[in-house]
Amino acid sequence: MKKTPLYNLHQKYGAKFVEFAGYEMPIQYETGIVKEHITTRNTSGIFDVSHMGQLFLKGGDELTNDLQKIFPIDLAKISINQSKYSFLMKENGGIYDDLIITKLKDGYMIILNAACKETDLNILKKKIGEKYQINLSDNLSLIAIQGPKAKDVLETIVPGVIKLKFMNGSQFKYNDLDIYITRSGYTGEDGFEISINNKIVESFVEKLVENGSSMIGLGARDTLRLEAGLCLYGHDLDENTSPIEANLKWAISKNRINDEFPGSELIKKQYNEGVSKLRVGIKPDTKVIARESVKIFDEKNNEIGKVTSGTFGPSVNGPIAMGYINNDFSKTNTKIFLEVRGKKVPASICEMPFYKKNYVKGGNNVRS
Amino acid sequence: MSEVKFSKEHEWITVDGEVATIGITKHATELLGDIVFAELPEKGSNVNKDATAGVVESTKAASDVYTPISGEVVDTNQSIVDDPSKINSDPEGDGWFFKLKIKDPAEMNTLMNRDEYDKFAKESAS
Repeated sequence: MKKTPLYNLHQKYGAKFVEFAGYEMPIQYETGIVKEHITTRNTSGIFDVSHMGQLFLKGGDELTNDLQKIFPIDLAKISINQSKYSFLMKENGGIYDDLIITKLKDGYMIILNAACKETDLNILKKKIGEKYQINLSDNLSLIAIQGPKAKDVLETIVPGVIKLKFMNGSQFKYNDLDIYITRSGYTGEDGFEISINNKIVESFVEKLVENGSSMIGLGARDTLRLEAGLCLYGHDLDENTSPIEANLKWAISKNRINDEFPGSELIKKQYNEGVSKLRVGIKPDTKVIARESVKIFDEKNNEIGKVTSGTFGPSVNGPIAMGYINNDFSKTNTKIFLEVRGKKVPASICEMPFYKKNYVKGGNNVRS
Repeated sequence: MSEVKFSKEHEWITVDGEVATIGITKHATELLGDIVFAELPEKGSNVNKDATAGVVESTKAASDVYTPISGEVVDTNQSIVDDPSKINSDPEGDGWFFKLKIKDPAEMNTLMNRDEYDKFAKESAS
């Protein structure tokens, strides 16, 4: 199994490890998932997400034009150092991966899910690999620091980061080496993601800890993102769901709807005519947790959908879930039933996020 | 109160007269992590040795709670339903699950004592 450059540091802080996408990753540290979750919401937490792919494409305006044929966003319109959430899509309208693409001076950086990165690389190489240099980095780590105090902790180590706007990045220096920081994250909190050389990542993270932040494992990362209503690829998104069905219409640029890109036919149809199933937030009426694969029923006992993620939300202090449901039942407050351990438990459709976000103002507040 | 006994499913049990108190072990709570949900058997119901008699869920996953012996459920600990974190903080005390009127005291003989259980837990963890 693969390890990230922070493996020894994880051990030092008492991590329990699990296999995730071929990597040995910390699921939690000594304090446990609930405390780690609350720490991130109240102060700040550090996440090792170095298993994720950092893909770099070199090129100018022509590359932008070619990427417009691949991604359903308006890359020509975004400025240098601006990031956008997007998808690598299948011809059938399904999703190979959800990703963050950032425009750089000399090309683009794309952050990919760990389980998808090799496939993504091959797809991109096949499409444009002959024209452009494509590199999936293996000498960079990726760290996130999230929470209301993240900006203060990071500012002491990297002066200037506080000025970054949401979904914008910039180059900074640490120990005379370049690091690239974006104001972004996956927790529903203000925060940053830091792309940093493997050689200095451990000392960098120790500095963050010294300044009052704490290590947070993948367990809390999952409860945090679920409370924020954010999708996890392979669970809430996959090759058989479209971005429109996933309720991520906002991530597709309006002026690209009539253009051609993989899956554009279905997207255009669903954009104009609507969808038959839709991703929704689900709030069980009781304390019962409905997890992935739990079936959803209507009052007449007809199966109308399936849960794709579900857990206990520590900040919500109750169970939360998301799933796909027959669009006739997708209206907020619709009563539904979840089949958990053979029993039908009552629940209702609710708006997401489950937990109100705390993003910094300014910039392009796209994850609305 | 009798000596505490343990099952292979990581429950503990103590006996006071004809009533047994059952909960999950500290080792089990450490494997589960933060417990956020507990479901108990119904008072008055009859449960059979090794059958499911409750559920605990951590943030990570759900696990069944089994009864190490047979009997009638005479009491349940509603306070762990209201505050499941009690199971983590005091698994062999305030975090108890249910009390049974014992059907067959001989079933107790199939269970482990603390030394045996500690050894079993250590071996099954490695």
